[in-house]
Amino acid sequence: MADCRRPDLMRTLSSMPHRKSLQRQISSPPLCSGEKGNVFSAWHAQVDNKGDGELQTDDDDGSLGHYAVVDSPRRRIASVRLVARHPEVYEPCDDSFALVDALLADKVNLLERQPSLCLEVGCGSGYVITSLALLMGGGHGTHYIATDISSAAAQVTCNTLASHGVEADVIVTNLVTGLEKRLAGSVDVLVFNPPYVPTPEDEVGAAGITASWAGGDRGRTVIDRMLAIVDLLMSSKGLFYLLTLTANNPGEICQIMKKKGFASRIVIQRSTEEESLHVLKFWREDVKDLSENGSPATLSNSLSAKISRLAFWR
Amino acid sequence: MRLLTHNMLSCNIKGVTKGFPLSIEVQRLDTKDADFNPDFLRNIFPKLEWKAFHDAAVSIGLNDIPEQVDPTMLEDHEFLQKFHHALLEVHLEEGALICPETGRRFPVTKGVPNMLLHEDEV
Repeated sequence: MADCRRPDLMRTLSSMPHRKSLQRQISSPPLCSGEKGNVFSAWHAQVDNKGDGELQTDDDDGSLGHYAVVDSPRRRIASVRLVARHPEVYEPCDDSFALVDALLADKVNLLERQPSLCLEVGCGSGYVITSLALLMGGGHGTHYIATDISSAAAQVTCNTLASHGVEADVIVTNLVTGLEKRLAGSVDVLVFNPPYVPTPEDEVGAAGITASWAGGDRGRTVIDRMLAIVDLLMSSKGLFYLLTLTANNPGEICQIMKKKGFASRIVIQRSTEEESLHVLKFWREDVKDLSENGSPATLSNSLSAKISRLAFWR
Repeated sequence: MRLLTHNMLSCNIKGVTKGFPLSIEVQRLDTKDADFNPDFLRNIFPKLEWKAFHDAAVSIGLNDIPEQVDPTMLEDHEFLQKFHHALLEVHLEEGALICPETGRRFPVTKGVPNMLLHEDEV
């Protein structure tokens, strides 16, 4: 793999944790082995400081300059190298990168909504909320809130925010407990990378890093708890980005949300050897999704059909 | 934890009707400079529970926040500076938030409030 020639990428990759699906299976740390699953990680380490979210290839000049500058005007998402770490906190991996790529891909739509309040539930390392705040830019008066059930994750998120010069309120809580009354109807952007790995129910919410991936039956236990409160939280123009695994049955999730009055579409679909990830986006059906350029919102049943075709590639 | 954060939190223990505002127990405060952004202040103003913000400010020793406000004050630079400082620059680093109905104490550690409930409180 060409990336491994670069010592800076070698360091980044050798510290990469396994993606959530592998956390249950393997306990030894991964190496930069050129395994297929690391392609996205390597790619993200390359492009994460490029400007304007454009997918550029690296010029391979060996320069480290653009990785090290904290407040470069070109920076648009968080730098993996500036993300704080803790042994009990899930580090940015393919799922985190897919979610940030989805936000980048939808950046024009996000900016057009002029969100007042953005909330990330389950912020972990802080990579996603930091990236969201950076890609939105600082001039819009947007308020960012991040929650995590793990106090170690909350501290790591604080450190990641600080190392990028980004402000957000970080709260230790279960999903949004303690915030729901005051935030009801006012969340404009909601982002959730849930514990999505199918596990026995008793592993859900367990201590330490397990809470970041243990998702119970079909990986849906925590996702379903969140789906039950999305309608309460979201503003009329709200957008909800949810990362799912094929095993979570994203088509069914879209049907559940449709009954609550939300339209949906896939922003990003990405497969590795271990898992097939989708980033789903939901918005209130009576509000036009600006990214659709006026065409009717994608129906959730056609989305289900698309997902079952994609599942072939698992 | 900034007073902005405090203004968004309430106690959600089973049986609690309002649980807001939480009173603040101070062990250690810190002041950190934040970028002055009038747009942010104007954006957040209508979302704040002003009385809760005012009372919280007084309880941590910030006495220059007026009790009564109206949106025209958002054009007054001097007011915006005081509002900015109290809302965004003073941090509760160590202490607790206390439910006005049950007295339940939610700890604030290294600037982060912990709102997790015990099983019998859900």
